[in-house]
Amino acid sequence: MRRPFLNILLPLGTGLLMVACWYAVRHALSEDLKFLLPTPDEIWAALQANSESLSRATLNTSKGAVLGFVLAVVVSFGLALILSLSHLIRASLYPYLMILQMMPIIVIAPILVLWVGAGLNSVVIITFLICFFPLVVNTTQGLISTDRNLVELFRMYRATRWQETFWLRVPAALPYFFTGLRIAAVLAPIGALVGDYTAGSSAGDGGGLGFQAIIYSSQAKYSALFATAAVTCILGFVFAGAVNILSWLALSKWHDSYHRTDN
Amino acid sequence: MPVPPIVAFNHVVKRYGDGPVVIDGIDLTAAPGDFISLIGPSGCGKSTLLRLIAGLSPLTGGSLTVDGRTPEDAAAELAFVFQEPTLLPWLTVAHNIEVAQQLRGVSAADRATARRRAVELVRLHGRDSAYPRQLSGGQKMRVSLARALTLEPKILLLDEPFGALDEMTREHLNEELLDIREKQAWTAFFVTHSVAEAVFLSNRIIVMSANPGRIHREVRVDFPYPRTEATRLSRPYHDLVAEVSGLLRSVENT
Ligand SMILES: Nc1ncnc2c1ncn2[C@@H]1O[C@H](COP(=O)(O)OP(=O)(O)O)[C@@H](O)[C@H]1O
Ligand SMILES: [Mg+2]
Repeated sequence: MRRPFLNILLPLGTGLLMVACWYAVRHALSEDLKFLLPTPDEIWAALQANSESLSRATLNTSKGAVLGFVLAVVVSFGLALILSLSHLIRASLYPYLMILQMMPIIVIAPILVLWVGAGLNSVVIITFLICFFPLVVNTTQGLISTDRNLVELFRMYRATRWQETFWLRVPAALPYFFTGLRIAAVLAPIGALVGDYTAGSSAGDGGGLGFQAIIYSSQAKYSALFATAAVTCILGFVFAGAVNILSWLALSKWHDSYHRTDN
Repeated sequence: MPVPPIVAFNHVVKRYGDGPVVIDGIDLTAAPGDFISLIGPSGCGKSTLLRLIAGLSPLTGGSLTVDGRTPEDAAAELAFVFQEPTLLPWLTVAHNIEVAQQLRGVSAADRATARRRAVELVRLHGRDSAYPRQLSGGQKMRVSLARALTLEPKILLLDEPFGALDEMTREHLNEELLDIREKQAWTAFFVTHSVAEAVFLSNRIIVMSANPGRIHREVRVDFPYPRTEATRLSRPYHDLVAEVSGLLRSVENT
């Protein structure tokens, strides 16, 4: 019973310590520099003052993040299945996957705007691009790491290619898939935010958090800018939390990672 | 009238690709109901022999019939047990036991019936909804064995199935395996490193030599079944274990 207790108490303690430091730094700043670091209560006030525009922006960013994330999961899973077929396929495609990952979003964004227009479409594609790589790499690794003995068993019982893939390789790859999913879940809101910042639009739905950040900084609303950052963090936590729940549902009953072996 | 053999090796030669000859000139026939142990130095081709029976690898020379057919055609008559329990960790015990039948397209109702019968045979009650990680080594092996038994095979191929278990568990499972054999009449090919186990279980022991793999000697074990703990304590049993150990030592030293 000590461990769950510590698991809550320790991060809470660190949090309080950091907030205390925050106030201390702010206090130490000279009057004309205080605007650089709004206090948590000022940020809270800005959050309430801008609640309407922030909640609309949060909704739009969430939409972009979820769509891009889901698209990345679906496409990466399909591609991972293909990549798992042979190392020749992997060898011929991996370099280009790397390039996809290396391409700077800042450069991609204006091109995307040109192709599909600013707004949700571009945001979804940018989120997709950011989430895609960790998903495809981890899932592929999982699909090709199936226990040799189990593969042998399936071959001995003359399993079809389909049975070997979907009854054996896919479930065996789940722990790897969730590793990729955890990384992608943290990246998705950031991807949507960056997408919105670089290729967002206020047309139609009014834009997302990235677009809101541009507006607040042009208006020198620094507390609101901090509030935007806070909302983005919360969004990240929601994503990570959702994936943790999914992972727990899929793995907790059978996978060793959910069972402490040390005493 | 003599019973036709269930497995017949005729001058069988095997090499993998253009590698060395792994087994050479194997002549061996098994009558239905035989319990044949294969024993010999590692690398002498024991697992290869099982793979040939299973039709998983083509012969290089000679001929092999299984249940009067080619090994490929007889595949449905076989079941396997490996040294590793090879359970799917994400499936419960019940599902793991049914997986071999599932691969063969057996209906859910028939699977459940066969599973209950197999669970009965291996004495693994009340663990149907457990996951493999919750089982002991011996229990995992029982699940693995049950999975093979659900197929009610004519031929059971066991490749060092109890090699990773402790002595006590191994002896228990040996006795249970013979019990099961009374109820389900299969022919067994049983690879082992334990002479005592081979003598206890088999009616025939094939001692193999390596490089290339050949049959060095066949030893008949004439103790009547059922065999029990008393068999292990008997004088003839000990004499035979000593004799086979001697044979094994002689092939390992060459
Ligand atoms: N799939 C394979 N491809 C090539 N060589 C193999 C293969 N399987 C086994 N061998 C070789 O055949 C020989 C016999 O192996 P095996 O039948 O596993 O022996 P045992 O089971 O008696 O230890 C070994 O030298 C091994 O390296
Ligand atoms: Mg072997």
